[in-house]
Amino acid sequence: MNGIRAIVRKELADHFSSYRFLILFALIAMVSLITVYMVGLNLKTELRGIAKPKFVFLLLFTSSGSLFSLVQFVAFFGPLLGLVLGFDAINRERSEGTLSKLLSQPIYRDVVINGKFLAGVITISVMMTAIVLVITGLGLKIVGVVPGVEELWRILIYLLISIVYISFWLGISLLFSILFRSIATSALAALAVWIFFSFFIPLGASVVANSQVSQTETSDVSALVQRARIVHTITLASPLELYTHAATIIDPTRKTTRSIVAMGPMERLSLSRFSGPLSLLQSLFIVIPYIVTLIAIAVICFGISYVVFMRQEIRSL
Amino acid sequence: MSGKILIETENLTKIYNGRTAVDRLSFHLLEGEVFGFLGPNGAGKTTTLLMLLGLTEPTEGWVKVLGLDPSRNPIAVKSQIGHLQENMGFYGDLNAWQMLDFIAELNGIPDDSARERCEKALRAVGLLDEAEKSIRTFSRGMRQRLGIAELLIKECRIAFMDEPTLGLDPDATNRMMDLVEQLCQETNMTVLLSSHLLHLVQRICHRVGIMIRGKMVACGPVEQLAREKLGIDNDAYTLEQVYMKYFEEGRP
Ligand SMILES: Nc1ncnc2c1ncn2[C@@H]1O[C@H](COP(=O)(O)OP(=O)(O)OP(=O)(O)O)[C@@H](O)[C@H]1O
Ligand SMILES: [Mg+2]
Repeated sequence: MNGIRAIVRKELADHFSSYRFLILFALIAMVSLITVYMVGLNLKTELRGIAKPKFVFLLLFTSSGSLFSLVQFVAFFGPLLGLVLGFDAINRERSEGTLSKLLSQPIYRDVVINGKFLAGVITISVMMTAIVLVITGLGLKIVGVVPGVEELWRILIYLLISIVYISFWLGISLLFSILFRSIATSALAALAVWIFFSFFIPLGASVVANSQVSQTETSDVSALVQRARIVHTITLASPLELYTHAATIIDPTRKTTRSIVAMGPMERLSLSRFSGPLSLLQSLFIVIPYIVTLIAIAVICFGISYVVFMRQEIRSL
Repeated sequence: MSGKILIETENLTKIYNGRTAVDRLSFHLLEGEVFGFLGPNGAGKTTTLLMLLGLTEPTEGWVKVLGLDPSRNPIAVKSQIGHLQENMGFYGDLNAWQMLDFIAELNGIPDDSARERCEKALRAVGLLDEAEKSIRTFSRGMRQRLGIAELLIKECRIAFMDEPTLGLDPDATNRMMDLVEQLCQETNMTVLLSSHLLHLVQRICHRVGIMIRGKMVACGPVEQLAREKLGIDNDAYTLEQVYMKYFEEGRP
């Protein structure tokens, strides 16, 4: 492909030198560090005097300190990173007149959008890898356990899932930057979609579930289970939920991707919980549908942007 | 001028939501000539150029650039045509060097010769001293000249210049036209020039085409048009008179 290197190089330079990227990176890095630091300290006190259970290292990612766990944080704020990287990708070029300049050079039209997406994915990968590495280092220092090979594999898979998830949001914002001429409109639309999936779908799911299952007999187990099932089905429409499920790869003690019960520190570290960890392959088997769905929606989203962009009239400003 | 046909169109038509912007245009561009593309605002000049480049699909008719269809062979066509746009955009954060480097890379010019070509182009347009400044700080005329430099590093056979003198001061306008003329003579570049400055067009163009509301109403050397339209045989005509005559006739 002619010119894709040139475009990726330029986009990367733009991303890494832009204030918006630096601010966002600082924000995400700071929050993750604080979260992991607190989780680490908690773990350290909890672990004092008992034998260190297997996989304790992975708890750094999954257990919540005072507010939320790292996985939850990425699920919630990762989208912002994707959106910020893409919401003005095409329409800014359009309004500044550089899009038609790019396209009068001897490159195929799709090189522009491919290059932008690729540069975004690289940026996301660099950022997430940096954060995961720092967390791993910090964990080593605070908790004092060295992760095993399997744990490292799990962390790596988790990293890849996160990159796909954030790339999906990049695809969404890229699509909006093609559809809307105005940068403000595409930014707003992207935010609206984020809020819709993050807040309204879970909210709507419980409203629907409540209307289906009467709440009076709370002791009725079958009603509770049915309610949980309805909520689960509806929330699967949300990428955030898909990601949360897929991210359970990082917890080998999870026999399902669902978490109905909240655990206290005693249960969290109890021996029975660690007695039957799943093998990596088994864990992978559980989450693979979610991973595939995540990849699929990211690809579909990019595919739509691609088609729309290829058919668009260059001059329609 | 060799008389070889570089660009040819037949019944080229573009309809934007029911409005005809270009109406059954048939014309050709000869190697080595400077062709003046004239017409009132909204006549369809820019639309035509975009169709010749393959940036806009024609509604009907066909274009051949160097024997190729621009929508089928976009790369081959675009690597032969340099395009100076009507509303030129630049990346304001870059400086002139970086901008030209980027264009060179997009054109697949190898790194070792790119630097040299950039320097040559910057010198030709007189921007070498200001090349380290970011484009954001450039004046209108400097941007216009940078646009020409972008066109030069491509070393293309054909150049489309859509109002290259827009917003330039009289002196810069003259120098711009001299530059175009010089390019044509030195590199045998073929130029399709759209402009509203009729006296300059008359000075440097070998042939002109007058477009009114999407139709090419006249095409040929200025003296020929003057003879046909004004009945003047000597040099006592101006392109302005010819143009106004066609314009009056084309009025609805
Ligand atoms: N994207 C578009 N959608 C609808 N109509 C368009 C579009 N682009 C151009 N037009 C119409 O096509 C016609 C020709 O426009 P064009 O820009 O080619 O004129 P021009 O000859 O370049 O004029 P000028 O001298 O002002 O640059 C105009 O009537 C314009 O309104
Ligand atoms: Mg125009």
